[in-house]
Amino acid sequence: MHIPDGVINVTTSAGFGAVAVGGFGVAVRRTRDVLTDRQVPLAALAAAFVFAAQMVNFPVIAGMSGHLLGGVLAAVLVGPAAGLLVITVVLVVQALVFADGGLSALGLNIVNMGLIGAVGGYVLYRVFRAVLPSRPGSVAIAAGIAAFLSVPMAAMGFVGQFALGGTADVSLRAVMTAMLGTHLLIGIGEGVITGFVIAAVVGSRPDLIVGVPARITAEV
Amino acid sequence: MDRSLRNFVLVGLVVSTLIAVGVSQFASDDPDGLEYIAEQEGFVETAHDHDLADAPLADYGDGLTGNSTLDTVIAGAIGVGVTALVGWGLFRLVRRGGAPKVS
Repeated sequence: MHIPDGVINVTTSAGFGAVAVGGFGVAVRRTRDVLTDRQVPLAALAAAFVFAAQMVNFPVIAGMSGHLLGGVLAAVLVGPAAGLLVITVVLVVQALVFADGGLSALGLNIVNMGLIGAVGGYVLYRVFRAVLPSRPGSVAIAAGIAAFLSVPMAAMGFVGQFALGGTADVSLRAVMTAMLGTHLLIGIGEGVITGFVIAAVVGSRPDLIVGVPARITAEV
Repeated sequence: MDRSLRNFVLVGLVVSTLIAVGVSQFASDDPDGLEYIAEQEGFVETAHDHDLADAPLADYGDGLTGNSTLDTVIAGAIGVGVTALVGWGLFRLVRRGGAPKVS
Protein backbone atom coordinates (compact mmCIF):
# COMPACT_ATOMS: atom_id res chain seq x y z
CA MET A 1 0.00 0.00 0.00
CA HIS A 2 3.06 2.28 0.18
CA ILE A 3 3.10 4.44 -2.94
CA PRO A 4 6.61 4.93 -4.40
CA ASP A 5 7.80 8.17 -5.99
CA GLY A 6 6.85 8.76 -9.61
CA VAL A 7 3.48 7.00 -9.78
CA ILE A 8 1.57 10.18 -8.84
CA ASN A 9 2.78 13.49 -10.28
CA VAL A 10 4.60 16.06 -8.17
CA THR A 11 1.74 18.62 -8.08
CA THR A 12 -0.79 16.11 -6.80
CA SER A 13 1.74 14.67 -4.33
CA ALA A 14 2.46 18.17 -3.00
CA GLY A 15 -1.25 18.86 -2.64
CA PHE A 16 -1.75 15.73 -0.58
CA GLY A 17 1.41 16.62 1.33
CA ALA A 18 -0.32 19.85 2.35
CA VAL A 19 -3.45 17.92 3.37
CA ALA A 20 -1.29 15.56 5.45
CA VAL A 21 0.48 18.47 7.16
CA GLY A 22 -2.87 20.09 7.92
CA GLY A 23 -4.29 16.84 9.28
CA PHE A 24 -1.16 16.33 11.36
CA GLY A 25 -1.54 19.82 12.87
CA VAL A 26 -5.17 19.26 13.79
CA ALA A 27 -4.31 15.84 15.25
CA VAL A 28 -1.49 17.32 17.36
CA ARG A 29 -3.83 19.92 18.85
CA ARG A 30 -6.57 17.37 19.46
CA THR A 31 -4.13 14.88 20.98
CA ARG A 32 -2.67 17.56 23.26
CA ASP A 33 -6.18 18.14 24.64
CA VAL A 34 -7.33 14.55 25.11
CA LEU A 35 -4.26 12.32 25.53
CA THR A 36 -3.45 11.46 29.12
CA ASP A 37 0.10 11.02 30.40
CA ARG A 38 -0.59 7.30 30.81
CA GLN A 39 -1.40 7.04 27.11
CA VAL A 40 1.99 8.38 25.97
CA PRO A 41 3.79 5.01 26.28
CA LEU A 42 0.72 3.21 24.87
CA ALA A 43 0.76 5.38 21.75
CA ALA A 44 4.49 4.73 21.32
CA LEU A 45 3.82 1.01 21.73
CA ALA A 46 1.05 1.19 19.12
CA ALA A 47 3.54 2.68 16.64
CA ALA A 48 6.10 -0.07 17.34
CA PHE A 49 3.44 -2.78 17.02
CA VAL A 50 2.07 -1.43 13.73
CA PHE A 51 5.61 -1.19 12.34
CA ALA A 52 6.30 -4.81 13.36
CA ALA A 53 3.00 -6.10 11.98
CA GLN A 54 3.60 -4.33 8.65
CA MET A 55 6.78 -6.39 8.20
CA VAL A 56 4.68 -9.55 8.07
CA ASN A 57 3.21 -9.79 4.58
CA PHE A 58 0.61 -12.55 4.44
CA PRO A 59 -0.25 -14.41 1.23
CA VAL A 60 -3.58 -13.37 -0.29
CA ILE A 61 -3.77 -14.84 -3.79
CA ALA A 62 -1.10 -16.51 -5.93
CA GLY A 63 1.66 -13.95 -6.46
CA MET A 64 0.19 -11.26 -4.17
CA SER A 65 0.50 -10.52 -0.47
CA GLY A 66 -1.01 -8.04 1.92
CA HIS A 67 -0.03 -6.55 5.24
CA LEU A 68 -1.72 -4.84 8.16
CA LEU A 69 -2.30 -1.11 7.76
CA GLY A 70 -3.08 -0.74 11.46
CA GLY A 71 -5.08 2.49 11.27
CA VAL A 72 -8.23 1.21 12.97
CA LEU A 73 -6.14 -0.76 15.47
CA ALA A 74 -4.22 2.37 16.51
CA ALA A 75 -7.31 4.60 16.54
CA VAL A 76 -9.35 2.24 18.73
CA LEU A 77 -6.41 1.91 21.16
CA VAL A 78 -5.43 5.58 21.53
CA GLY A 79 -8.16 7.57 19.75
CA PRO A 80 -8.44 8.77 16.14
CA ALA A 81 -6.22 11.87 16.45
CA ALA A 82 -3.39 10.05 18.21
CA GLY A 83 -4.03 7.13 15.83
CA LEU A 84 -3.29 9.40 12.88
CA LEU A 85 -0.04 10.45 14.58
CA VAL A 86 0.87 6.79 15.21
CA ILE A 87 0.43 5.91 11.51
CA THR A 88 2.38 9.04 10.51
CA VAL A 89 5.31 8.02 12.74
CA VAL A 90 5.34 4.54 11.19
CA LEU A 91 5.20 5.90 7.62
CA VAL A 92 7.93 8.49 8.24
CA VAL A 93 10.28 5.91 9.82
CA GLN A 94 9.58 3.46 6.97
CA ALA A 95 10.28 6.11 4.32
CA LEU A 96 13.40 7.58 5.95
CA VAL A 97 15.07 4.50 7.43
CA PHE A 98 13.82 1.62 5.28
CA ALA A 99 13.27 3.36 1.91
CA ASP A 100 9.67 2.04 1.94
CA GLY A 101 7.20 4.51 0.48
CA GLY A 102 8.49 7.43 -1.60
CA LEU A 103 9.61 10.65 0.08
CA SER A 104 7.50 12.77 -2.29
CA ALA A 105 4.64 10.29 -1.78
CA LEU A 106 4.65 10.61 2.01
CA GLY A 107 1.60 12.90 2.00
CA LEU A 108 -0.29 10.53 -0.30
CA ASN A 109 0.48 7.60 1.99
CA ILE A 110 -0.40 9.51 5.18
CA VAL A 111 -3.75 10.51 3.68
CA ASN A 112 -4.57 6.93 2.58
CA MET A 113 -3.41 4.97 5.61
CA GLY A 114 -3.74 7.67 8.28
CA LEU A 115 -6.57 10.06 7.45
CA ILE A 116 -8.68 7.49 5.58
CA GLY A 117 -7.44 4.32 7.31
CA ALA A 118 -7.20 5.50 10.92
CA VAL A 119 -9.60 8.47 11.20
CA GLY A 120 -12.10 7.28 8.57
CA GLY A 121 -11.88 3.73 9.91
CA TYR A 122 -12.50 4.99 13.43
CA VAL A 123 -15.71 6.71 12.31
CA LEU A 124 -16.91 3.36 10.95
CA TYR A 125 -15.88 1.68 14.21
CA ARG A 126 -18.08 4.10 16.18
CA VAL A 127 -21.01 3.43 13.84
CA PHE A 128 -20.68 -0.34 14.22
CA ARG A 129 -20.25 -0.11 17.98
CA ALA A 130 -23.39 2.01 18.19
CA VAL A 131 -25.50 -0.58 16.37
CA LEU A 132 -24.00 -3.63 18.12
CA PRO A 133 -25.08 -4.65 21.64
CA SER A 134 -23.27 -2.69 24.34
CA ARG A 135 -21.02 -5.41 25.72
CA PRO A 136 -17.26 -6.13 25.73
CA GLY A 137 -17.38 -8.59 22.81
CA SER A 138 -18.80 -5.91 20.53
CA VAL A 139 -15.62 -3.81 20.74
CA ALA A 140 -13.42 -6.31 18.88
CA ILE A 141 -16.18 -7.15 16.38
CA ALA A 142 -16.83 -3.49 15.56
CA ALA A 143 -13.06 -2.87 15.28
CA GLY A 144 -12.63 -5.92 13.04
CA ILE A 145 -15.41 -4.96 10.62
CA ALA A 146 -14.22 -1.34 10.48
CA ALA A 147 -10.64 -2.52 9.90
CA PHE A 148 -11.82 -4.81 7.09
CA LEU A 149 -13.56 -1.91 5.32
CA SER A 150 -10.72 0.54 5.98
CA VAL A 151 -8.45 -1.33 3.53
CA PRO A 152 -10.64 -0.95 0.40
CA MET A 153 -11.31 2.63 1.59
CA ALA A 154 -7.57 3.37 1.68
CA ALA A 155 -7.22 1.65 -1.72
CA MET A 156 -9.88 3.99 -3.10
CA GLY A 157 -7.82 6.86 -1.73
CA PHE A 158 -5.02 5.73 -4.01
CA VAL A 159 -7.45 5.43 -6.93
CA GLY A 160 -8.58 9.02 -6.35
CA GLN A 161 -4.97 10.20 -6.27
CA PHE A 162 -4.24 8.19 -9.41
CA ALA A 163 -7.24 9.79 -11.13
CA LEU A 164 -5.95 13.25 -10.21
CA GLY A 165 -2.28 12.78 -10.89
CA GLY A 166 -1.39 9.31 -12.12
CA THR A 167 1.59 9.52 -14.48
CA ALA A 168 0.81 6.34 -16.43
CA ASP A 169 -1.64 6.30 -19.31
CA VAL A 170 -3.69 3.29 -18.23
CA SER A 171 -7.40 2.67 -17.74
CA LEU A 172 -8.56 4.25 -14.49
CA ARG A 173 -11.55 1.95 -14.47
CA ALA A 174 -9.31 -1.13 -14.63
CA VAL A 175 -7.08 0.21 -11.84
CA MET A 176 -10.11 0.96 -9.67
CA THR A 177 -11.69 -2.45 -10.20
CA ALA A 178 -8.42 -4.26 -9.48
CA MET A 179 -7.59 -2.15 -6.41
CA LEU A 180 -11.05 -2.61 -4.94
CA GLY A 181 -11.21 -6.36 -5.55
CA THR A 182 -7.77 -7.21 -4.20
CA HIS A 183 -8.04 -4.90 -1.20
CA LEU A 184 -11.38 -6.36 -0.18
CA LEU A 185 -9.45 -9.64 0.14
CA ILE A 186 -6.50 -8.02 1.96
CA GLY A 187 -9.03 -6.33 4.25
CA ILE A 188 -10.10 -9.74 5.58
CA GLY A 189 -6.60 -10.14 7.06
CA GLU A 190 -6.77 -6.59 8.45
CA GLY A 191 -10.12 -7.33 10.09
CA VAL A 192 -9.03 -10.64 11.60
CA ILE A 193 -5.72 -9.29 13.00
CA THR A 194 -7.34 -6.11 14.35
CA GLY A 195 -10.21 -8.07 15.91
CA PHE A 196 -7.87 -10.51 17.66
CA VAL A 197 -5.48 -7.83 18.96
CA ILE A 198 -8.32 -5.63 20.24
CA ALA A 199 -9.99 -8.68 21.82
CA ALA A 200 -6.72 -9.53 23.59
CA VAL A 201 -6.36 -6.00 24.99
CA VAL A 202 -10.07 -5.80 25.93
CA GLY A 203 -9.63 -9.12 27.73
CA SER A 204 -6.55 -8.02 29.67
CA ARG A 205 -6.59 -4.22 30.07
CA PRO A 206 -9.86 -2.69 28.80
CA ASP A 207 -9.15 0.41 30.90
CA LEU A 208 -6.25 1.27 28.57
CA ILE A 209 -8.37 1.51 25.42
CA VAL A 210 -9.76 4.86 24.33
CA GLY A 211 -12.40 3.31 22.08
CA VAL A 212 -14.10 1.40 24.91
CA PRO A 213 -16.82 3.33 26.75
CA ALA A 214 -16.69 3.26 30.55
CA ARG A 215 -19.94 1.33 30.84
CA ILE A 216 -18.38 -1.54 28.89
CA THR A 217 -15.12 -1.37 30.82
CA ALA A 218 -17.08 -1.74 34.06
CA GLU A 219 -18.60 -5.01 32.84
CA VAL A 220 -15.28 -6.74 32.16
CA MET B 1 4.11 5.13 35.02
CA ASP B 2 2.49 2.68 37.40
CA ARG B 3 3.72 -0.86 37.53
CA SER B 4 0.85 -2.60 35.73
CA LEU B 5 0.99 -0.11 32.87
CA ARG B 6 4.77 -0.50 32.65
CA ASN B 7 4.40 -4.27 32.50
CA PHE B 8 1.79 -3.99 29.75
CA VAL B 9 4.02 -1.73 27.66
CA LEU B 10 7.09 -3.94 28.21
CA VAL B 11 5.18 -7.09 27.21
CA GLY B 12 3.83 -5.22 24.18
CA LEU B 13 7.33 -4.16 23.12
CA VAL B 14 8.65 -7.71 23.50
CA VAL B 15 5.75 -9.08 21.43
CA SER B 16 6.33 -6.38 18.78
CA THR B 17 10.05 -7.20 18.63
CA LEU B 18 9.33 -10.94 18.30
CA ILE B 19 6.93 -10.22 15.43
CA ALA B 20 9.44 -7.93 13.68
CA VAL B 21 12.49 -10.20 14.02
CA GLY B 22 10.83 -13.65 14.15
CA VAL B 23 7.37 -13.89 12.60
CA SER B 24 8.54 -11.62 9.77
CA GLN B 25 10.98 -14.36 8.70
CA PHE B 26 7.92 -16.21 7.40
CA ALA B 27 6.47 -13.19 5.60
CA SER B 28 5.43 -13.61 1.98
CA ASP B 29 7.93 -12.25 -0.54
CA ASP B 30 5.19 -11.59 -3.08
CA PRO B 31 4.37 -7.96 -3.93
CA ASP B 32 1.61 -6.35 -1.87
CA GLY B 33 -1.74 -5.38 -3.38
CA LEU B 34 -0.68 -2.01 -4.79
CA GLU B 35 2.59 -3.28 -6.27
CA TYR B 36 0.85 -6.34 -7.71
CA ILE B 37 -1.75 -4.17 -9.44
CA ALA B 38 0.93 -1.78 -10.64
CA GLU B 39 2.52 -4.78 -12.39
CA GLN B 40 -0.78 -6.19 -13.68
CA GLU B 41 -2.14 -2.86 -14.95
CA GLY B 42 1.18 -1.70 -16.35
CA PHE B 43 2.11 1.35 -14.30
CA VAL B 44 4.88 -0.23 -12.24
CA GLU B 45 7.53 1.29 -14.53
CA THR B 46 6.41 4.81 -13.58
CA ALA B 47 7.77 4.16 -10.05
CA HIS B 48 11.18 5.72 -9.43
CA ASP B 49 13.91 4.20 -7.32
CA HIS B 50 13.68 5.43 -3.75
CA ASP B 51 15.85 8.47 -2.98
CA LEU B 52 17.32 6.53 -0.06
CA ALA B 53 17.63 3.21 -1.88
CA ASP B 54 21.33 3.06 -0.93
CA ALA B 55 20.67 3.54 2.80
CA PRO B 56 21.99 0.63 4.89
CA LEU B 57 18.52 -0.51 5.98
CA ALA B 58 16.79 0.15 2.64
CA ASP B 59 14.29 -2.59 1.78
CA TYR B 60 14.40 -3.75 5.41
CA GLY B 61 18.12 -4.48 5.44
CA ASP B 62 18.06 -6.66 2.33
CA GLY B 63 21.67 -7.40 1.37
CA LEU B 64 23.12 -5.80 4.51
CA THR B 65 25.05 -8.80 5.81
CA GLY B 66 24.61 -11.38 3.07
CA ASN B 67 22.46 -13.43 5.45
CA SER B 68 18.79 -12.58 4.84
CA THR B 69 17.66 -13.97 8.21
CA LEU B 70 20.13 -11.73 10.02
CA ASP B 71 19.21 -8.76 7.79
CA THR B 72 15.57 -9.10 8.84
CA VAL B 73 16.50 -9.48 12.53
CA ILE B 74 18.57 -6.27 12.40
CA ALA B 75 15.93 -4.33 10.43
CA GLY B 76 13.10 -5.55 12.65
CA ALA B 77 14.85 -4.78 15.93
CA ILE B 78 15.99 -1.32 14.80
CA GLY B 79 12.57 -0.55 13.30
CA VAL B 80 10.67 -1.42 16.47
CA GLY B 81 13.16 0.56 18.57
CA VAL B 82 13.10 3.63 16.32
CA THR B 83 9.29 3.74 15.95
CA ALA B 84 8.85 3.32 19.72
CA LEU B 85 11.37 6.08 20.47
CA VAL B 86 10.11 8.50 17.82
CA GLY B 87 6.52 7.81 18.92
CA TRP B 88 7.36 8.28 22.58
CA GLY B 89 9.23 11.51 21.84
CA LEU B 90 6.44 12.90 19.67
CA PHE B 91 3.65 12.06 22.10
CA ARG B 92 5.62 13.41 25.06
CA LEU B 93 6.25 16.62 23.14
CA VAL B 94 2.56 16.88 22.19
CA ARG B 95 1.45 16.18 25.77
CA ARG B 96 3.79 18.79 27.21
CA GLY B 97 1.79 21.50 25.42
CA GLY B 98 -1.47 20.51 27.14
CA ALA B 99 -2.84 20.69 30.63
CA PRO B 100 -1.54 17.98 32.96
CA LYS B 101 -3.91 15.02 33.26
CA VAL B 102 -3.40 12.34 35.85
CA SER B 103 -5.78 9.61 34.74
